[in-house]
Amino acid sequence: MSRPIRKLIDENGIRTDGRKVDELRPVKITIGVLSNADGSAYIEQGKNKILAAVYGPREVHPRHLALPDRALLRCRYHMAPFSVEERKSPAPSRRETELSKVIREALEPTIFLEQYPRTSIDLFIEVLQADGGTRCAGTTVASLALADAGIPMRDLVVACASGKVDGQVVLDLNDIEDKEGEADVPIAFAPNLNAITLLQMDGLLTDEEFEKALDLALEGCRRIHALQKETLKAKYVTAKEEVEEE
Amino acid sequence: MSSIMVSRIRQRQIAQLIASGKRLDERGLTDYREIKIESGVIGKAEGSALAYIGKTEVLAGVKIETGEPFTDRPNEGALTVNAEFVPLASPEFEAGPPGEESIELARVVDRGIRESKAIELEKLCVIPGKKVFVVFVDVYVLNHDGNLIDTASLASLAALLNTKMFNYELVDEEVKILPGFTQLPVVNYPVSITFAEINGKLVMDPGLDEEEVMDARLTVTFEKSGRLCAMQKSGRGTFTKEQIVEAVKMGQQKAEEIRKKVI
Repeated sequence: MSRPIRKLIDENGIRTDGRKVDELRPVKITIGVLSNADGSAYIEQGKNKILAAVYGPREVHPRHLALPDRALLRCRYHMAPFSVEERKSPAPSRRETELSKVIREALEPTIFLEQYPRTSIDLFIEVLQADGGTRCAGTTVASLALADAGIPMRDLVVACASGKVDGQVVLDLNDIEDKEGEADVPIAFAPNLNAITLLQMDGLLTDEEFEKALDLALEGCRRIHALQKETLKAKYVTAKEEVEEE
Repeated sequence: MSSIMVSRIRQRQIAQLIASGKRLDERGLTDYREIKIESGVIGKAEGSALAYIGKTEVLAGVKIETGEPFTDRPNEGALTVNAEFVPLASPEFEAGPPGEESIELARVVDRGIRESKAIELEKLCVIPGKKVFVVFVDVYVLNHDGNLIDTASLASLAALLNTKMFNYELVDEEVKILPGFTQLPVVNYPVSITFAEINGKLVMDPGLDEEEVMDARLTVTFEKSGRLCAMQKSGRGTFTKEQIVEAVKMGQQKAEEIRKKVI
């Protein structure tokens, strides 16, 4: 069973990577990292390293998939074979298919798809190194790639997980906490719309614990959202300075 | 979801009725359609059950084979849930490799069984690290009239409760089948409750026409003592935190009621 072999939280409330229970891992985000893509972004959250790229709005292939009243949003979440301890087959797994779907549905409510009928917006998320919470970091970085592509959006989407480890509700689970912990609650949130756009849960939680976990994950989302905004603004400040220098 | 056409006027009618707390088939917002379960319908399978919610019909079959354990769980049997959207179940289903809807369904059903520790997997270990029993749950959708996840969860649970394992002995590390059967050790009973969000309201057990109008869907699975063991939001819409907390409260009671129909 998933009984922890070693303690994941010590007597001082410190986790295996030195964090407190309500602390995020260090997050680093850059945007506009790929020259071919219409929009791109890169995130490091703990040991996670994830790239996202957006192509579109562009012509839909195959054409019969085109929608008459809005753009088709396609999303591919994929893990590199070398991103995990044991080599992962590059063929898309059932897990990746499910995550591609829920991530797409997490981002879709914020995009003005109706402005681009008969086109597709293709989103690619590549996990280069995985350390727990890749769907969340992937969603956070994908939303920035969409913004970087200049696609009109109602809001950014930011995602973060909480969970239960050694009997305590904790924020932003790392790989070992995800595997050996008691529960995992990944959520995605559109802060200005006050809307939860992705919610999954596995493990065992009482309803009180779940509510606590939900609040903590939302708090995590708000903190990462501040970083997202900062990154976006910084890009335009640098761009403005460059223009002024010329 | 699939795109069976529901006329605009019917869509509007469904949405308006729900806003005033009513539904097209006169159910209350938290009422399920009639639930029926028939166990042991496939003699060749180690376990099987047919579950109906209204006109939705799902057959689950359990097969047990020997296989290798997962490297991180050397002392436990394995569980695999697979779902087929059989083309005879709906004009929208096509033969071919599983699509994202059926993969999602299988994974949500799997999570409920796995996370509630419904099967005592450590009892299915034959030789630690080498040989274990693998429990295959195959979910067959036979008629699609909405709320496939809950119907599939019920069918799977009923099929597991109906599963008999062959007796065996080990001869030179090989499993030799002996006469007689033992009940598969099932110790928890996960029940999933699915909500559709329509016009800002939550309704339980959406029918197919309601799924056509819904903005988003939320499934919450509860184990026997009322704890949550799996959740899945799906669809292009969104939920507020308050709606989710409300769904958990309402679902907890309903799961208790529905569980009595299976065990």
